[in-house]
Amino acid sequence: MIARLLAFIGRSVLSGLAGAGKVTLFAIEAVSHLVRPPFYGREFLSALLQIGWLSLPVVGLTAIFTGAALALQIYAGGARFSAESVVPSIVAIGMTRELGPVLGGLMVAARVASSIAAEIGTMKVTEQIDALVTLSTDPLKYLVAPRLLAAVISVPLLVGVGDVIGVMGGWLVGVERLNFNSATYIRNTWQYLETWDVMSGILKGAAFGFIVALMGCYYGMNSGRGAQGVGRATKTAVVAASILILAANYVLTEVFFSK
Amino acid sequence: MIEIHGLTKSFGPKHVLRGIDLSVVRGESLVVIGGSGTGKSVLLKCILGLNAPDGGSIVIDGKPATGHAGASEREEFLSKFGMLFQGAALFDSLTVWQNVAFRLLRGANRKPRAEARAIALEKLKRVGLGPDVADLYPAELSGGMQKRVGLARAIAADPQVIFFDEPTTGLDPIMAGVINELIRSIVTEMGATAITITHDMTSVRAIADKVAMLHDGVLRWQGPVAEIDTTDDPYIQQFIHGRAEGPIEALR
Ligand SMILES: Nc1ncnc2c1ncn2[C@@H]1O[C@H](COP(=O)(O)OP(=O)(O)OP(=O)(O)O)[C@@H](O)[C@H]1O
Ligand SMILES: [Mg+2]
Repeated sequence: MIARLLAFIGRSVLSGLAGAGKVTLFAIEAVSHLVRPPFYGREFLSALLQIGWLSLPVVGLTAIFTGAALALQIYAGGARFSAESVVPSIVAIGMTRELGPVLGGLMVAARVASSIAAEIGTMKVTEQIDALVTLSTDPLKYLVAPRLLAAVISVPLLVGVGDVIGVMGGWLVGVERLNFNSATYIRNTWQYLETWDVMSGILKGAAFGFIVALMGCYYGMNSGRGAQGVGRATKTAVVAASILILAANYVLTEVFFSK
Repeated sequence: MIEIHGLTKSFGPKHVLRGIDLSVVRGESLVVIGGSGTGKSVLLKCILGLNAPDGGSIVIDGKPATGHAGASEREEFLSKFGMLFQGAALFDSLTVWQNVAFRLLRGANRKPRAEARAIALEKLKRVGLGPDVADLYPAELSGGMQKRVGLARAIAADPQVIFFDEPTTGLDPIMAGVINELIRSIVTEMGATAITITHDMTSVRAIADKVAMLHDGVLRWQGPVAEIDTTDDPYIQQFIHGRAEGPIEALR
């Protein structure tokens, strides 16, 4: 019984390590295609459109509601110490450092990792990947590399936009519901916000973008056969991307902010 | 041109190819027949390196087909080939003409867009499709039309070796006749080497110089097309006459 349990644990650990190794090799090879011609500009632009531009509404809506709720919570919490005036700066710091990148990243994971995995997975099961190879086109170069680059570029931009919209959400609630003076709110936001607060969040965004595109591509390219295989690949890509984003967020926060 | 010796391929416990010996000379048209699920498609994919063979050797133009040193060598190797997949395998994010012109629009011998489009339209015409389908997406076509677009894509860059996986399945008899003639003319006029998989005996007679029959992981019989009617091999006889009784079991 115990032996079987140990064997099970051992097997799981081994297969986990093997999986991590495979993902790493996959990532290295895909990235190496970014510096070796030919480059597929069209595919890059369309990935930019799909990953960046079309994610704007989702990220914007996430940010505005988060900023608004954050303002209410911080006001309520601050009231316990008679420190309601911290609302503007804490909303700004919380959005830019943490909630903007993490919630934005998770929303992009839901939207983009799933669509990439489903698209590439379908291409795999309908032999389109094989067809690419027979047409002398490397699928990693043609499908994966442009999506990775587009995600690393566009997710930080999305985070930046999300920051602004999130702070605006806080400001709206602050002015409309919590009786802050609009000019004071904006002044307080600026006064205590440091460049590094914003920059660290944007760097996180780049890492999360890479994770999202990598998971979508990896599980898509390794999709099982049939509709069921694609379904499983899509689900796994979203789950893996979300967990890795949260884990990477902790690690990056340690690296950026631990004293 | 293509020399295969002792080729084996298994998927897990399932031994699909158990030792294939086959040779196809330049400008020859080979037709592979055999029951459903015997590994005909897998054979083609092994030659192209899409499935890694477990054992045996594949030599093309005197060079081994697997284990290329670098990406450019592999690209060079693949640039000689055209392949029509059994399921057409069209890129559904691209329009019909962009599918056909895929190779012409990319890579070392890239052509200007207008010229690539003109070539694509000409190839589409050869498979019986008018210019009106050129700007549609694959999902907007019928199965038989998709198959023909796949065929146009396979021949678009005038490859030296072309593989057709069931080119006439799902086509009406007239269109099947057109496609048979097209494949025949590609071999006779352009001097291409062709391997075609088909279940359709009319196609076999129209296309083949040589016929090979795959059964139980090996090539049971191969010979000139003229001999398929005279041979007394019971497998061939059962197959071409479509009899339920014979050495080939119906349950596979
Ligand atoms: N990627 C794969 N993984 C596992 N098994 C596979 C794979 N590809 C093919 N097979 C198996 O190999 C066998 C041969 O398949 P193949 O597609 O070559 O058959 P076929 O001769 O082309 O049949 P058909 O005439 O129906 O197209 C089948 O039993 C199939 O289940
Ligand atoms: Mg087949």
